[in-house]
Amino acid sequence: MLWNTLLLALRSIRRNLLRSFLTILGIVIGVAAVITMVTLGKGATQSVSDQISSMGSNLLLVRPGQRFGPGAEAAPNFKLADVEAIRNQITVAEAVAPVVSKSVTAVYQARNWSTVVSGSSNDYFQAGNWEFAAGRSFSETEERAGKAVCVIGETVREKLFGGQNPVGSEIRIKQFSCEVIGLLKPKGQSAMGSDQDDTVVMPLRTVQRRLSGTQDVNRLTVSVREGASIDAAKEQLNLLLRERRNIGDNEEDDFRVMDTRQIAETLTSTTKILTMLLGAVAAVSLLVGGIGIMNIMLVSVTERTREIGIRLAIGALEREVLLQFLIEAVVLASLGGIIGIALATGASIALAGLMSIPYLFDPGINLLSFLFSAAIGVIFGYFPARRAASLNPIDALRHE
Amino acid sequence: MSDQALIRLSGITKTYGSGQAAFQALKGIDLAIDAGDFVAIMGPSGSGKSTAMNVLGCLDTPSSGSYEFEGVRVEQLSRNERALLRRNYLGFVFQGFNLLARTTALENVELPLIYRGEPAASRHAAARAALAEVGLAGWEHHTPGELSGGQQQRVAIARAIVTRPVVLLADEPTGNLDTRTGEEIMELIRALNRDQGITVLMVTHEPEMAAYARRVVRFLDGRVDSDRRNGEDA
Repeated sequence: MLWNTLLLALRSIRRNLLRSFLTILGIVIGVAAVITMVTLGKGATQSVSDQISSMGSNLLLVRPGQRFGPGAEAAPNFKLADVEAIRNQITVAEAVAPVVSKSVTAVYQARNWSTVVSGSSNDYFQAGNWEFAAGRSFSETEERAGKAVCVIGETVREKLFGGQNPVGSEIRIKQFSCEVIGLLKPKGQSAMGSDQDDTVVMPLRTVQRRLSGTQDVNRLTVSVREGASIDAAKEQLNLLLRERRNIGDNEEDDFRVMDTRQIAETLTSTTKILTMLLGAVAAVSLLVGGIGIMNIMLVSVTERTREIGIRLAIGALEREVLLQFLIEAVVLASLGGIIGIALATGASIALAGLMSIPYLFDPGINLLSFLFSAAIGVIFGYFPARRAASLNPIDALRHE
Repeated sequence: MSDQALIRLSGITKTYGSGQAAFQALKGIDLAIDAGDFVAIMGPSGSGKSTAMNVLGCLDTPSSGSYEFEGVRVEQLSRNERALLRRNYLGFVFQGFNLLARTTALENVELPLIYRGEPAASRHAAARAALAEVGLAGWEHHTPGELSGGQQQRVAIARAIVTRPVVLLADEPTGNLDTRTGEEIMELIRALNRDQGITVLMVTHEPEMAAYARRVVRFLDGRVDSDRRNGEDA
């Protein structure tokens, strides 16, 4: 009985090519859209976390205050003495870079460019994995005396110097002139989307004296030795800073130590939300595809009801008719699902290539959208048939 | 009419709807049909002849009364048992042909055999033989859309007789056909009755077609009005 019913189902699919094609099409579009969207979203998430790990997974970023952005409570900045204490007491710290940042306008001849000046030490280049395209880093004398020298990023060079070699030239920042002694190799966009090459680095003391006017340090970047535990280093740093900032046992930290892993988590959670959003949009297209299938099935219900009447009249059992329709629906839905998955794989690989993000196969979403489309096909293909097959044959035959 | 009648209806009624809107299409039919007979059921529209035909063909269930088919009480059978009765004993020809669309003549004729579970080879052979019997050899791979009305009705007859049924039920088989084609179809049905001994029950409102039958039963207002053999005097 199963074999004969399968034969009848396949004959029926072949006979109603347009209807079969439209049913498959609805499923194909829905499945392909969902899988492509989710796969690309996953790829984007992966690409963001790859960028973060290129920053180095061994960085600790220390800022005053618990939170960023509006509403952040005022917390005291760090002092140079803190930097010394970290260098001396935290043995796993490889480089400790104090950073003071200021937004400024840099001028060279007739050109000017708004950028950010960071005052720091040579540790800054080490911790941030910066390499030099030309020139050199700061000398000890320049750091100690707070000389007016600077190292610039690729974007600043391009805006102020065009294609020229900037090393040895003088740029004006606020009221003072500053000699360019080095040019950094470009790093491109950061994981947060800002241009890392849009930077001017000066000795810490120079910025404190000439731009910020205080002895304070805005933030600290600490790189941890290879092989050492980041969590342990973080813990030590926390204890040391609590002690130095006189925080009582029951008080909250008034600073925050983040490692790059944490930043990665924040960013990936953002891209994950975007992925879910895209997935939701795609799910709507799956739903629309499902409604399309429903329409086709309902439109053909009159013809199918008469067909069922004929089959019952010549002696088909109700369960044979139902099995045939179930097989038809399952075959069509599965075919649509398989084509949809194939299409989605092709589109995802092509689009991932265009967007230069990695292609990641996600079995979960493939399975899920396949099952969903199969369910739609089966529900809308099978249930109208079930109603028709339960009629008296004569009523099914006379169905208008 | 003997006690060994193939079909025996006693007090069959059929009511559509309920309460005020109820309509009684059959008001107590008593009818016995012998094996090998050729019975034409006539009557004006609304006389209940089609309803009686549907009850006889197990396409519809009576509201009350008893229906014996070869001594089996049909009204007590389950839905599936009635389907098996249709599958193994009955063949249908309808006014509107009721062939599967976009399906070749051969596949239409094969259909009842598929439900009987016949193997493919004997199924094909039987379907080709049935098509040849109704004069459609060479038309096996045409779909209903490519066939004339008379040819479609021949396909339907081939589908009805391919299982060698005991009873052929024809509901206005010539209703959609011109007179000449109708007569050809009637000749075919008469030959099946005469040569193969298939019992034929036919609903018609055309006296010319009823003339092919051996016995004519007239319905009026849901009751049997007259019942006589052709060739007898009125």
